[in-house]
Amino acid sequence: MEPVGCLTPSTLSVKDLPWIILWDKEKCTLCGRCTAVCPVRAIELGVHRKRAINVSIGLEEKPGNLFTVYHGIDQRTDPVHACVGCGMCNLVCPNNCIIPAHNEEIDKLRFHNNVGGVPRRRGGRRNVPGVILDQIKFIRISMLTDPALDAGRHEFELRTLLGRILPPEEMLRVTQENGWTPPVREIYPLIIGSMSFGALSPNMWEGLQMGVAYLNEELGMPVRMCTGEGGCPPRLLRSRFLKYVILQIASGYFGWDEIIHALPEMKEDPCAIEIKYGQGAKPGDGGLLMWYKVNKLIAAIRGVPPGVSLPSPPTHQTKYSIEESVAKMIQSMYMGWGFRVPVYPKISGTSTALAVLNNLTRNPYAGALAIDGEDGGTGAAYNVSMNHMGHPIASNLRDAYLNLVKLGKQNEIPLFAAGGVGKSGNLAANAAALIMLGASGVQTGKYMMQAAAGCLGSESDRCNICNIGICPKGITSQDPRVDRRLDPEKVAERVVEVFLTFDTELKKIVAPLGRSTSLPIGMSDAIGIAEHHAAERLSIRYVV
Amino acid sequence: MCRLFAITSSDPLSPMVALRAIDVMKEGHDGSGTGMFMTDLGGDFEKLKTEPILSGTFTNEGVKSLDRFMTECDFLVKHELSIRPNKQPPPGTPKRDYYLIRAYEYPPAWRDLNATEIQFRLMMMRLQLRRMGEEDGSMMIFSFWPDVIMIKEVGDPMAIADYLGLDRKELQARAMLVQGRQNTNYAINIYACHPFFIQGLATMTNGENTAFVPIREFLMSRGFPGYIGYQSDSETFTHILHYTVNHLALGLPMYKHVITPLMDGELAMHPDGQWLRRLKQTCRPLIIDGPNCVMGCLPDKTLFMVQDSKKLRPGVAGGHPGMYAFSSEMCGLDATIPARDKSRDFQPMKYDTVTVGPERREVEIWNQWDALHHPH
Repeated sequence: MEPVGCLTPSTLSVKDLPWIILWDKEKCTLCGRCTAVCPVRAIELGVHRKRAINVSIGLEEKPGNLFTVYHGIDQRTDPVHACVGCGMCNLVCPNNCIIPAHNEEIDKLRFHNNVGGVPRRRGGRRNVPGVILDQIKFIRISMLTDPALDAGRHEFELRTLLGRILPPEEMLRVTQENGWTPPVREIYPLIIGSMSFGALSPNMWEGLQMGVAYLNEELGMPVRMCTGEGGCPPRLLRSRFLKYVILQIASGYFGWDEIIHALPEMKEDPCAIEIKYGQGAKPGDGGLLMWYKVNKLIAAIRGVPPGVSLPSPPTHQTKYSIEESVAKMIQSMYMGWGFRVPVYPKISGTSTALAVLNNLTRNPYAGALAIDGEDGGTGAAYNVSMNHMGHPIASNLRDAYLNLVKLGKQNEIPLFAAGGVGKSGNLAANAAALIMLGASGVQTGKYMMQAAAGCLGSESDRCNICNIGICPKGITSQDPRVDRRLDPEKVAERVVEVFLTFDTELKKIVAPLGRSTSLPIGMSDAIGIAEHHAAERLSIRYVV
Repeated sequence: MCRLFAITSSDPLSPMVALRAIDVMKEGHDGSGTGMFMTDLGGDFEKLKTEPILSGTFTNEGVKSLDRFMTECDFLVKHELSIRPNKQPPPGTPKRDYYLIRAYEYPPAWRDLNATEIQFRLMMMRLQLRRMGEEDGSMMIFSFWPDVIMIKEVGDPMAIADYLGLDRKELQARAMLVQGRQNTNYAINIYACHPFFIQGLATMTNGENTAFVPIREFLMSRGFPGYIGYQSDSETFTHILHYTVNHLALGLPMYKHVITPLMDGELAMHPDGQWLRRLKQTCRPLIIDGPNCVMGCLPDKTLFMVQDSKKLRPGVAGGHPGMYAFSSEMCGLDATIPARDKSRDFQPMKYDTVTVGPERREVEIWNQWDALHHPH
């Protein structure tokens, strides 16, 4: 052992890290690809001196030392360079001689990754695997008395509505008087959730947009994608594809200078405007695009100088009350597009969601309410926000829906649910469960990154370095040398595959329930759960 | 699957005509319930067209409570047909003291009320009596409305008819809905027997309503006191019709557009697509998914039949001027109106609504693709 020059409190061994690199000297060709690809430079070329004691038999020769040198890798142990477990080293290794393994003991790094007194920030989502949605079962299976529909052969219309829907009596009156009817969009119930241009790499964004365009124009699936708070590339704003885009405005107003200037040149209206008041991954905190990712392009679109961190305030600074935030802001946004575009707020899951919802019910312009639960993902947030803040989506959504039922407004303000949809890979089942709990549709972001682009992040705290622009897959990076690893065409292909798969699976769920022409929104008699308290809380059937 | 039979005739008919048709289709029901709606009455009630008629079952105590209640409300009995069965009920049929059909005279205080107010009050009285009956099991109220009689009971239709003596000449009607029930997912409950009635409208259905819960929640949250019950998922069909016709003042064709709207692509090609799209959006929670065939009767004595959007249940309409019938199965129609031009029989498909008006001249077929006469 080398003498320890200085042992600081944060001096860690490999054993103290969450990920331990296992390397096989025998198989290693010393090609160097692993060290080159490692996003956090957790491994470096190691030149190792090795001593062997050479003791000959007999007394003629004295025992001696044989010194050799071998080359390999060293795992760095300082917190900044701790392995994140992404496994890119394994991906590029020609001989499969290296792999990160999860430390079986709880790591010590967590006590030290606050260098400079800055708490840990990361991408990803709450580091707890699974969601309660996975436990919800679809129990109302049509049998002989009402034979099941055929998911493969019957006609289906899996569409939902986004926008304020007038109650029937009001619709008739307004129509008769030639009055204003709020704009309503008929869209696919799975929305690609808000991931900004900036949080995502240009290639990833382009891939998603291409996939969405293909789904709409070639397959007739009205899929929509939300921009997140980062503006929208100028060409897209002026293209016919804008109608597939939900523009998000949030407390930093990033990109809105560009959007406002593009207004006179827009060929199409956007699908909707989402006003972000909160985000499931970091409730009560604003957006956070760290300086690493603010390159010239991002800075230009957002209307900021490059190389500075862009933390959005937690609230809209010009608004001091719910009346202002909801009423005035929603109306202002409506005005921007001549009252032709639905505007709706998005909040993070919270025990105060009903207060917001009740305000919206009295605002004739509110086009929907999106609620993002605690399992929502993000490109960057404080670890403490991600792991400990927020409200689970299932009960929050259910409360909101039942509250609307009580008010008789369940069809007037569509609820959109997000946060952990597809967290365990069960996208369609999670979405269907939320719809039956009362959601008109669901939003998903992280699942798209995983399925359409190969994001490596996980709830075992794997990778999750979206925040510093070095995503090894080029999904959330802003460095062209890394971005080019991601082929936008391939992302688009995967987006299409994801939606086609989702569509088939959703049909496989709703057809046996006897539903095909209308989404089973609030069809709570069709679901059950084997956990008594959860069943009680969600007002669904307890089944064992 | 339950079996349905509806008939309309220029001359009053005995309910036995419809019950025999149900009996012909016996393979399709299990005797777990029979319900009957009669309107455009003949027989003893012919001359009492405007007086409200109360239909229900009662215990001896229940009749006393009824009398007290009606007296308090200042209603006087004008005519009564009470059935007090004195023999053993057929297997499965519970013993009841009274089956009461009673026409009342309006109280003088109601004389100046407008029709809407009278209709509302009649409904509220029916609901109050129903609640009273639910508290102590002393009465079950099926309808309280002018020119309407309803009878419901558990058991085989013909056995019940024999037990209650429904072939009596004082019991006749020109329009009738009858259902033979195949009990499915709900306990046998008389209130779950079709047809269902609200303010002059009645419908009956076969098949299950898979969209029951969201529809029920929507109806119950309209703030209208009549939208209660739902011992059967099919009661929602009656209430959706009521909501469409009474609250939204839309006609029967719109009922079809509410419960089974055209698909988005189809609406784009429909002459009134824009308006229908709005209707579809605003009435989204009322969309049914079948499998259902709905037959019903409007206050003007028009009979109608509609299918779900995939036409997953059978139904046929046929007859001749003066008498038409709708039947779940052809055999029911054949048994009732054998002398008809069968080539003119019509089996409505997924876009069709068939009606026979009060003049009983023809089966009218209205297709969802037809342009609307008076789009709003």
